[in-house]
Amino acid sequence: MNAREKILGRLRDARPADDSSAIKVQQHLAWHPRGPLLPLPNDLVAHFVERALKLSSDVLKAAERTEIPGLLATYLAERALPLSGVCWPQLADLPWDAAGLTMQPRPASNLDLVGVTGAFCAIAETGTLLLLGGEKTPATTSLLPETHVAIVDPARIVASMEDAWALLRTEFKEPPRTVNFISGPSRTADIEQTVTLGAHGPYRVLLILCPV
Amino acid sequence: MQNRSVDFNRQVTIKLADVRLQEALARLQTRFVEGRKAVISEIHDLQDTRDAAAEIRDRVLNNLEHWLLHFEQQATRRGAIVHWAETGQDVNRIVAEIAASHGVRTAVKSKSMVSEECGLNEALEAAGVKVMETDLGEYILQIAHEAPSHIVAPVVHKNKDEISDLFAKIHQLPRKTGIAELCREAREILRPAFLNADMGISGANFLIAETGSALIVTNEGNGRLTTTLPRVHVAITGIEKVVPTLEDVCTLLRLLPRSATGQSITNYVSMLTGVRGEHDQEGPEHFHIILLDNGRSSLLGGEMQEMLRCIRCGACMNHCPVYQNIGGHAYGWVYPGPMGSILTPLLGGLENAPDLPNASTLCGACAVVCPVKIPLPDLLRKLREKQLNAGMKSRQETFMLRAWAWLALHPNIYALSTRIAVRLMQRAAGHDKLLHNLPGARGWSDGRDFPAPQGKTFRELYRQGKHR
Repeated sequence: MNAREKILGRLRDARPADDSSAIKVQQHLAWHPRGPLLPLPNDLVAHFVERALKLSSDVLKAAERTEIPGLLATYLAERALPLSGVCWPQLADLPWDAAGLTMQPRPASNLDLVGVTGAFCAIAETGTLLLLGGEKTPATTSLLPETHVAIVDPARIVASMEDAWALLRTEFKEPPRTVNFISGPSRTADIEQTVTLGAHGPYRVLLILCPV
Repeated sequence: MQNRSVDFNRQVTIKLADVRLQEALARLQTRFVEGRKAVISEIHDLQDTRDAAAEIRDRVLNNLEHWLLHFEQQATRRGAIVHWAETGQDVNRIVAEIAASHGVRTAVKSKSMVSEECGLNEALEAAGVKVMETDLGEYILQIAHEAPSHIVAPVVHKNKDEISDLFAKIHQLPRKTGIAELCREAREILRPAFLNADMGISGANFLIAETGSALIVTNEGNGRLTTTLPRVHVAITGIEKVVPTLEDVCTLLRLLPRSATGQSITNYVSMLTGVRGEHDQEGPEHFHIILLDNGRSSLLGGEMQEMLRCIRCGACMNHCPVYQNIGGHAYGWVYPGPMGSILTPLLGGLENAPDLPNASTLCGACAVVCPVKIPLPDLLRKLREKQLNAGMKSRQETFMLRAWAWLALHPNIYALSTRIAVRLMQRAAGHDKLLHNLPGARGWSDGRDFPAPQGKTFRELYRQGKHR
């Protein structure tokens, strides 16, 4: 008897299953009920911004897509950050050059210091982004560079993580390999419980709200 | 990790006298206890949410076999390989085999307490695989050759100066003194390790049965790097970590970071399902999930089952007056504080950790803060009962408890003996009405005085009242 059978056998002995045990699993999966939710204000965008700022993300607003490169160029210049980096392919058509930026549409390498992504959706309750990894949405873009810039469509700001899963279920058959909820720059408090921004991931996260 | 819990009492004496440790523990108390308090109130119906969380965990535990089977089926469908391990040694063997089959020479690791149970790093090094811990705290411990002293903040026992010295010595770089500088130095040392590693090893905070996914909750980003860059990903976790659905995970995630570090949400919540997609340019080609029993199944269906609800937030230890004074190392194994005082004897044998169930004042703070409502003091009390019934208490303690039980069953003799005891104590106390020496409890009265009982006993007063 192998380890799997031995362990499952012990579980069966401890909690004898009946005919309904397997059915109960299927019923709960089909129903997938929500637990208690936090009450949120009606203006989800304002709440999202408030929470994102609390998480040490920076937030800018653009009226249309073409404004994004200019806003980003100013943001980077103000902080003396490099004016080049990588972006998701879907953002390659933005007028980066005109704003003095060089953005290459490819996954990030260790040398890239700015990574620009979109977001599958965002969550107002916590000020969180949801990014799905994939062929055209590499996960490294939001991970390896020291500055992560995410373009967020205000229409895709949902109330809760539950709503984000509902959106995922509607638009995709199943989750991709990598699903990341991102809530501000990476941080650690391992040394003397003192929060320090910029651990192994980005040092700063800039959210640009822009209707797509 | 070797279990040294039997040495508890001696360690306590050492830890209480350790000035640096006491400073570190005071910091933990302010940051984590105050931090939790500040954000837990964001959950308006906290009690309902805790009830819901406990119900989610119970739903799985009461039908664990079928939930695990569903998880295995879904994970396998997505291309993961699920392994089952009875013991820590089995985990070590399985990981070494995976490493050998994929020609792995270097591995990066994000924090996993289950791998600490197994002593995985030593086993892999012995198998010729170079392993690097990448969580900042765990990395510090690895280069200092120490064990974690907290399940969330593993290096809480060390201060900044010690870490500065350690980094200067190991990295052979100019000594840094700022915390941000130390963090950057570690980042720069570890980044190449991520990029070059053949294998990434992580834990899993939850396994999601619905999707066959492993979910990890992190802040530093090392968990993401570990599970994204290397071509092989191995996730190791306990069999009890299954959660039914994505919605159920949401409820638990409202409680876990708030209870652990006082964060409304951790920086990253990463859900990993199967292997990289057909056209993906990154992500592991192989995903192995190892499910460890190591004694957990023996808790199922018994009076200790509620312990398996635990989601490892550490709130019980942060709020425990015993942990707050002695830190995690004194407990002698992977899990300290109230949850450790229950898990260590249950997984490693009560005879190997006889002091741990007694290392609690039963003040109840742990049960109040536990996000999944584990009745920790009740479970500690049950372990004490087990010890008494198994004859594991000292002869003196057994005699005292038996004598007390006998007295409690004989009210008249009880009344007489308390009356005599009270009079004797009053006479022994003298002018200041304090006892400086308690016979049979020297250890207690060495450090403080015992106020002698004043006036009459309750029974005497009660009788007088009746006559009035």
